[in-house]
Amino acid sequence: MCRLSAITSNRYFSPIENILALETMKEGHDGSGLGLMLKNLGGEFEDLKDHPVLSGICSDNGLTMLDDYMKSRGFSVKHMWTPKIRPVPGIKKRGHYIAKAYAYPENYQDKTMAEKEDLLLRTRLELRAMGEADESIFVFSFYPDVLTLKEVGDPLEVAEFFGLDKNQLKAKIVLAQGRQNTNYAIYLYACHPFFMQGYGTMTNGENTAFVPIREFLTGRGNPGYMGYNSDSEVFAHILHYTCRTLGYPLTYYKDIITPLKSDEIDRRSDREALRLIKKSLRPLCIDGPNCVIGFIPDGSVFMVQDAKKLRPGAVGGVRGRYALMSEECGVNRAIPERNQSEDIYPMKYDMVIVTPNAEEITVWNQLQH
Amino acid sequence: MEPAATLDNNYDLTLQDFPYTINWREDRCTRCGRCTAVCPVKAIEPTVHTRRVVRSEGGGPTPAVQRVTSQVVVQVQDIDRYCTGCGTCAMVCPTEAITPRYNSHHRFLFYKNKSGAPYRRGGRRNDPSPSTVDQLKFTRISMLTDPALDAGRHEFNIRTLLGRNLPPEKLPLRVKKGKLVKIEGTFIPPVREIFPIRIGGMSIGALSPHMWDGLAMAVAYLNEVEGLPVVMCTGEGGIPPSLLKSRFAKYFILQIASGYFGWDEIVHAIPEMKEDPAAIEIKYGQGAKPGDGGLLMAYKVLKLISEIRGVPQFVDLASPPTHQTKYSIEEAVAKMIQAMSMAWGFRVPVYPKISGTKTAQAVLNNLARNPYAAALCIDGEDGGTGAAYNVSMDKMGHPIASNIRDCYLDLVKQGKQNELPLIAAGGMGKNGNLAANTAAMIMLGASAVDIGKYIMQAAANCLGDEYNRCNLCNTGRCPRGITTQDPRLYRRLDPDMVAQRVVDVFRTANIELKKIFAPLGRSTELPIGMSDGLSVSNQAIAERLKISYAC
Repeated sequence: MCRLSAITSNRYFSPIENILALETMKEGHDGSGLGLMLKNLGGEFEDLKDHPVLSGICSDNGLTMLDDYMKSRGFSVKHMWTPKIRPVPGIKKRGHYIAKAYAYPENYQDKTMAEKEDLLLRTRLELRAMGEADESIFVFSFYPDVLTLKEVGDPLEVAEFFGLDKNQLKAKIVLAQGRQNTNYAIYLYACHPFFMQGYGTMTNGENTAFVPIREFLTGRGNPGYMGYNSDSEVFAHILHYTCRTLGYPLTYYKDIITPLKSDEIDRRSDREALRLIKKSLRPLCIDGPNCVIGFIPDGSVFMVQDAKKLRPGAVGGVRGRYALMSEECGVNRAIPERNQSEDIYPMKYDMVIVTPNAEEITVWNQLQH
Repeated sequence: MEPAATLDNNYDLTLQDFPYTINWREDRCTRCGRCTAVCPVKAIEPTVHTRRVVRSEGGGPTPAVQRVTSQVVVQVQDIDRYCTGCGTCAMVCPTEAITPRYNSHHRFLFYKNKSGAPYRRGGRRNDPSPSTVDQLKFTRISMLTDPALDAGRHEFNIRTLLGRNLPPEKLPLRVKKGKLVKIEGTFIPPVREIFPIRIGGMSIGALSPHMWDGLAMAVAYLNEVEGLPVVMCTGEGGIPPSLLKSRFAKYFILQIASGYFGWDEIVHAIPEMKEDPAAIEIKYGQGAKPGDGGLLMAYKVLKLISEIRGVPQFVDLASPPTHQTKYSIEEAVAKMIQAMSMAWGFRVPVYPKISGTKTAQAVLNNLARNPYAAALCIDGEDGGTGAAYNVSMDKMGHPIASNIRDCYLDLVKQGKQNELPLIAAGGMGKNGNLAANTAAMIMLGASAVDIGKYIMQAAANCLGDEYNRCNLCNTGRCPRGITTQDPRLYRRLDPDMVAQRVVDVFRTANIELKKIFAPLGRSTELPIGMSDGLSVSNQAIAERLKISYAC
């Protein structure tokens, strides 16, 4: 089972903190991969908040293709970050690991954010299509203030490989997943966290409802609902679909993936709406076992469980810094100074939401609203 | 040269030509006469034989010839009184002296066309081989990667939706103070939550009153006592007015077909109805006999049937092969669906039923574009019927598995798989595997299945099978009293016993569906379209259905 480590803070911190927390949960991952997603970037990206950051891996040829393509589309590079790779036995270097901040093409300078987001999505998908067959280009995210790193190997060794303990890469929200792979033919596009237009999630557990969910999402007409090299990618897209496409508040994500029973719906003040979405969004219902941790564009970070089998999940911290982990020992490592008795273990009806800047933590309960 | 007189029997049939031969044991028979009296086709009859017997009596061998006369039971060799193998004779025999045996070398279809009248019968397609659905296996078992569910401990929601689901993008919702609220005044199509196995359309004329009552009682009991929302379709021929005006009407799907039998009475009863029906099914075709309309033979049209259907007694009631009021699929949808919807104020789901066909996707796509179409029911080639030409039953129609799968994947392409439910009918439970067949069809993309023949077999011991056993439904001489209007026959059937068995069937299916879904890790919603859970050990079927091959 994959291990999940998310930290949200009002101060910039290094993702190495997430990885050290993952290390305490090592029994649960076999070291087959690490995915890192940073949001609200600090360090050298702190002054580039409005510039979309393209995160990915390219071969020599792929990098040339990527640069040519971006130039042809009118994007100009504002800043580029590459990790200082340190050779680590067992991790094979793949060419170029890049995070490039771009200026929008001129004709997009005055467009709305939604229009810019669609451009970024299209660009990411086109780059993916260009380099997918020969694996010359992997693009994990292309969005302002978000950076993604992925590589196969033991999380701590991957962190060393990227030199994360030494460099100044920092953020206020970091999602990290230590991958437990049931399939050794690891493919980078199958690594969590997954991202789309400001919404990011990582998940552990198997998604038994994957095929019907995938088929429902791919029928929505959104070109971004693709990929699905992992059965967990749908969790990010359901979040995107719920909040961005349908415009529902975040809590309805929980109502969609784990709908209440009819008699439970009757207790809710928004029961009329719930009855409708339960029917119309029926194919997005999950059966677990899953723990989902994610963020939305405003910087809220959340954790939800499936409604039946439940993966472990613990949330704890202090005002200004919270950890959302798949195990308690990870929370202990990340925020030892907290009052442990106030830790939260979300159950089947709960959605734990940490507000932006880690201001406060709320447990939203499906039955009590 | 042999004299011509000895060839007089040249056109007679031998018993080897018949599909069933009677095995009668003289030593056991008490000559009680029950078998010959009960035979529904008079295929056996008592007669007297005189035989030459050599006997030896006394101490030494003193063989002597004697002529012995005895009463025997013989099988007649008239093709119109062929033994159907129903076995009613064996059931009534107190000494196990008689039983029919299937004769695989028979040449029945070579002769069963006397006077140029094609063979007609009831039942389903005479093909005993396992259907495609029966070959599907559930192979995606969750164990270590996902703790399996416990069918006895976890909650399962074995329910499906019948009706048009709005796409999420079109839901009339807006956000108010962080909550979703419904925008009033928007039409939302009616949707029923039902058990995914329905009792398909079998009319009160085709079925005996006792059989129909048994089914109807069971449906009411399942809903109100067991909490299983099983619905039942009336078939073409109306519904008893007292039931229509009762609170139980909501458990019934009213079928309108090309003869419109019973609909004058239904339409006039609408103002007095306490509950809306579960749905309206417009029958355009039937899997057992594509291209044919319904047929109720004159001798089944007794007083009750004539009253319910609004027709004279003792006339053949043949529905036309197609609805006479339409000339195109577009008009059929526009006129029939909307007219029926309007009759109940758009509160009742209305959907068509067609026979399995290569053109099903054309119908489907027409329905997908019509916001009032509530579902599509497809009846595959293994569907049953009370009366049809044998050639239609055996050779016409389309297997249900690929028909449903193609339609589902077509909807997936359009993103409409949750909007228009597909209902699979025809051969569900053909070999007794009702829950497995249901689960397999659901995972291929069906939202529900219909059963007909299976429930007659399981709940009323229907004798019919795919070796053409019995299949006398069309004659009005059903030996079980299931498909007859003859009180001497249907009084053999106890409606309470039928109801009890129907309840048993559905309770069992409910448990078995959980036993299938639990190891697959699904419980909250029906795994519609979860095709990764299925495999088949036939490469061609796997490719055609887009499921995995396992061997």
